[in-house]
Amino acid sequence: MISQQNVLSWATFFPLIGLALILICTAARYFLGLSRHGLDQLARITGLCASGLSFACSVLAWVWFDPAKSGVQMVQHFTWIKSFNIEYLMGVDGLSISMVLLTGLISFVAFIASMPWWGSAKYTEMAGMTEHEHDDGHHPKHFSVRMVPGYMCMLLLLQTGMMGTFVALDMFLFYVFWEVMLLPMYFLIGIWGGPRKEYAAIKFFLYTLVGSVLMLLAIIGIYYNSHAAPLADGTMSSGHTLNLLALAEQGKQGVFARSAAIFGFAFSKIAFIALFIGFAIKIPMFPFHTWLPDAHVEAPTPVSVILAGVLLKMGPYGILRFNYPLLPDATQWAAWVVALFGVINIVYAAFVCLAQTDLKKLIAYSSVSHMGFTLLGMSAMTPAGISGAVFNMFSHGIISPMLFLIAGVIYDRAHHREIGRFGGLAVAMPEYAGITGLAFFASLGLPGMCGFVSEFLVLSGSFPTFLTFTAISATAVIITAAYYLWAIHRAFLGKLNPVYKDYPDLVWRERLVLYPLGAIAIVLGFYPQAILGVISPTLIQLISGLRPM
Amino acid sequence: MTITEFNIASASWFRPELVLTAGILLLFLLDLGWKKSRHRVLILTLGALACIGIAAGCLAFQPIESRAMFNGMIASDRFATFWKWLFLAAGALTVLIAARSDEFTSPRIGVFYALLLSVVLGMFLMASSLDLLMLYLAVEMVSLPSYAIAGYKPGDRRAAEASLKYVIYGGVASGIMLFGLSYIYGLTGSTSLSALGVRLDNLAMPASAGGQAGLRVALMVAVIFVLCGIGYKIAAVPWHMWCPDVYEGAPTPFTAFLSVGPKAAGFALAIRVFYSSLASSGGAEGVARGLTDVPWPAVVGVLSAVTMTLGNLSALHQNNLKRLLAYSSISHAGYALMGLAAASRLGVQSVMIYMLVYLVMNLGAFLAVIAIAQATGSETIADCNGLAHRNPLLAVTFAVFLFSLTGLPPLAGFTGKWYLFMAVLDHYAEQGGGWYVTLAVIAALNTAVSLYYYMRIARAMFIEKPAGELVVRPKVTYQIMLGAFSAALLLFGIWWNPIVDWTKASLTFMTRG
Repeated sequence: MISQQNVLSWATFFPLIGLALILICTAARYFLGLSRHGLDQLARITGLCASGLSFACSVLAWVWFDPAKSGVQMVQHFTWIKSFNIEYLMGVDGLSISMVLLTGLISFVAFIASMPWWGSAKYTEMAGMTEHEHDDGHHPKHFSVRMVPGYMCMLLLLQTGMMGTFVALDMFLFYVFWEVMLLPMYFLIGIWGGPRKEYAAIKFFLYTLVGSVLMLLAIIGIYYNSHAAPLADGTMSSGHTLNLLALAEQGKQGVFARSAAIFGFAFSKIAFIALFIGFAIKIPMFPFHTWLPDAHVEAPTPVSVILAGVLLKMGPYGILRFNYPLLPDATQWAAWVVALFGVINIVYAAFVCLAQTDLKKLIAYSSVSHMGFTLLGMSAMTPAGISGAVFNMFSHGIISPMLFLIAGVIYDRAHHREIGRFGGLAVAMPEYAGITGLAFFASLGLPGMCGFVSEFLVLSGSFPTFLTFTAISATAVIITAAYYLWAIHRAFLGKLNPVYKDYPDLVWRERLVLYPLGAIAIVLGFYPQAILGVISPTLIQLISGLRPM
Repeated sequence: MTITEFNIASASWFRPELVLTAGILLLFLLDLGWKKSRHRVLILTLGALACIGIAAGCLAFQPIESRAMFNGMIASDRFATFWKWLFLAAGALTVLIAARSDEFTSPRIGVFYALLLSVVLGMFLMASSLDLLMLYLAVEMVSLPSYAIAGYKPGDRRAAEASLKYVIYGGVASGIMLFGLSYIYGLTGSTSLSALGVRLDNLAMPASAGGQAGLRVALMVAVIFVLCGIGYKIAAVPWHMWCPDVYEGAPTPFTAFLSVGPKAAGFALAIRVFYSSLASSGGAEGVARGLTDVPWPAVVGVLSAVTMTLGNLSALHQNNLKRLLAYSSISHAGYALMGLAAASRLGVQSVMIYMLVYLVMNLGAFLAVIAIAQATGSETIADCNGLAHRNPLLAVTFAVFLFSLTGLPPLAGFTGKWYLFMAVLDHYAEQGGGWYVTLAVIAALNTAVSLYYYMRIARAMFIEKPAGELVVRPKVTYQIMLGAFSAALLLFGIWWNPIVDWTKASLTFMTRG
């Protein structure tokens, strides 16, 4: 049933099937004789299974993917709306297969982290996960026991959107999946989030929608400037094409560089800017980053995990999927600006981190800082730089979910995240302190873990192109170490604050997600070739002939 | 053939209109007949639906060929047929909504149906008139019953204000339009739209080719005046002021109808006048080529940008759902005007697609408002608080309508917007002109602005806590309609081949008599 031709569709639509099942069960609750609690459990199991199957499909795709072959693989292709050349075209190349694997993994992790199971009695009580407890404001109910079917539906829809975005190779299809992600994210933050959830949710939505409508215009502009290409049914498309592979071919031939100017500005540059802003908001790039700390601080832990682990990767992925192949001339023209913004991200966000008192906000800003490395690396247009950029996407996608899970661990117990109010936690929760140390060191780039590999590759790759930028960025590594070590110092070391002396250490609910991620971070630190070997051929082909202007 | 024979021959292409006329008269009689019956509402509703149904049957079985009827007064073409289907659908759905509404008491519903069908008949004529006089009569035929229905709630100050405002605005706007039409007649000596194109060509010749500058100015004024009448019908800025008050004061089922029916009719009329009939030689440029040195598409483009921006910005702080949707409908007129500004076949097609989709989503949104108002007794955003807990079906379907209005895929609202953007940017790609790109950017940013106020409602429904233990249980008819509308929006968001094919096939105009 699952073959190389449809494995990507299965990975994309398994969550949607799960969503449909949950909806049917909810609608038919009275016929099935389900209690509210029973329905919640059923929704959880369905969500976990659907997400797990999607993850399994993404692993299968990873296994089937052959790095030695160039071009896209596992293509599924048929005509959808013939009159406008809209096709259903899915496939992966070296760039997207890594993101597909990451999406499957991180979504599954988020689902596990959304279950109120596998905790000790004391922990469950502390976190507010007990079913009967009423919401008295002082001890708010845990998100994992509030409106469970709705939560699972939203998370599943989000997973479909993310997976689809990474495998869609038709511009229209891509845009649909891209937008499908927005609504569930809004509701996940807005309904299950923290105190200022509504503000954070609408801010996220407005920022990303502004970006995506600009992107939509650029997509239509590119469509009208393209030439015809063959459709799935063998006929030629009428006039233009939405097929990203054909468009990449035309971009290489400079079709868009020759398009009619708009108010005297080259079309390719305007399209580049519109697309870039849309993607930069998602990265998020300074000065469009302000939605991220708000969204992260208010979002429940699993949503933060997905946001940091997968959603931020959409930005760079989009730039590498659209801007680089379609508009190579504008990409070269803008490279140093992109690099500059990358450096601002790295340095500025690192300094902002130093000033944070909220653990989750600190981690959020550290994401901004780390995504700057991806921008710097991809704009250098050297093999090491671009490989490092994409490797950084993957390694950040492993490390930052860990960090947010760690922030969730302490929040579930203490119901606050003020670093200054903790102290000596390592005495009460030694295992937690250990895994936090591991994650922090992975993130600050300690050799032997994947954060180091990505930073090293990016810096060494951008060194020949942008000497000054690289030098400035390298200094930020010290700031990064400073804020992480200072946070450990304040929260975990020193004298134990007696308030926290009875806190339970990690429970299986948390171990289940933290240990595998930690293991991956270490394995990739010693054997980065597992990812690099797959992504590099595609990326090197992508930047062949490109040089920053 | 004599004139009489010609008229009689024309009648066979005029059956739907004749059925509607008969139906209107019959409804008045029925209304008088069953004064005391318990089943009065049911009988009247079935009567109205039967009338619409028979008209639809006639429309379906009538041969579709382009021909001018009644001595070039009325066109029968695929273009008009498309709009007629749309108007019939709007009429039928409004009848269904009104039948289960609390706002029409049993003694008054019969007259409402009759007036509603007269509006539908007027809209039929608006979409198919080929003559300036006919056009004016059709516009008035739509307006006059609307004035009456706007003030239909007895003893309601808001309704009285709405009706009066509507009459005054409508009277002035149609007066100005008539003035413009008289100018055109004076300039060309003809009231026939099909003859105008050619004569205007001669008038609009540049001075170098022997044209007279004074005539061109007169023509410009005349066209602006006509535009004013149409702008009033579609509630485009700066002729939109009546819209929020009327929408708020009128009975909500009629507001729902008003927001889709006459607006669509206005667009049909605008397309016929500006795109088809005034086109110089059946060309794609419409008035743009007829009136050489006045960039009419650009004027419409500016109108479009101003309309959508003002509508959206005014909607941001509305707390009354009907007023909010009124401003939102103004902004949607602005979006649809983009297609007109593109002045191409694709542009016209995109307007048609948009109005079709807009019909479903806006009727749906108003239906949800009616259902909420029936439970809570008022229609503010605060009334939606916690609706997701009180009635998940209503909350989810209302959210679907709102997201579709925003234009989020995979809902049909996005399909409509996609084609409008396509039309505008196609114009840029084919003929250059950065102004079209600017227009598209303005529309895109407006989409983001509109998200904010649509999400205010969604937020109230899903995030806010319910105000009380009030149970919201919409009537079964409404539940079915809400479900069907949402399903249609989702379906046409994913697969809309039939809409595209239908609208494309409907782009046949009867231009030359």
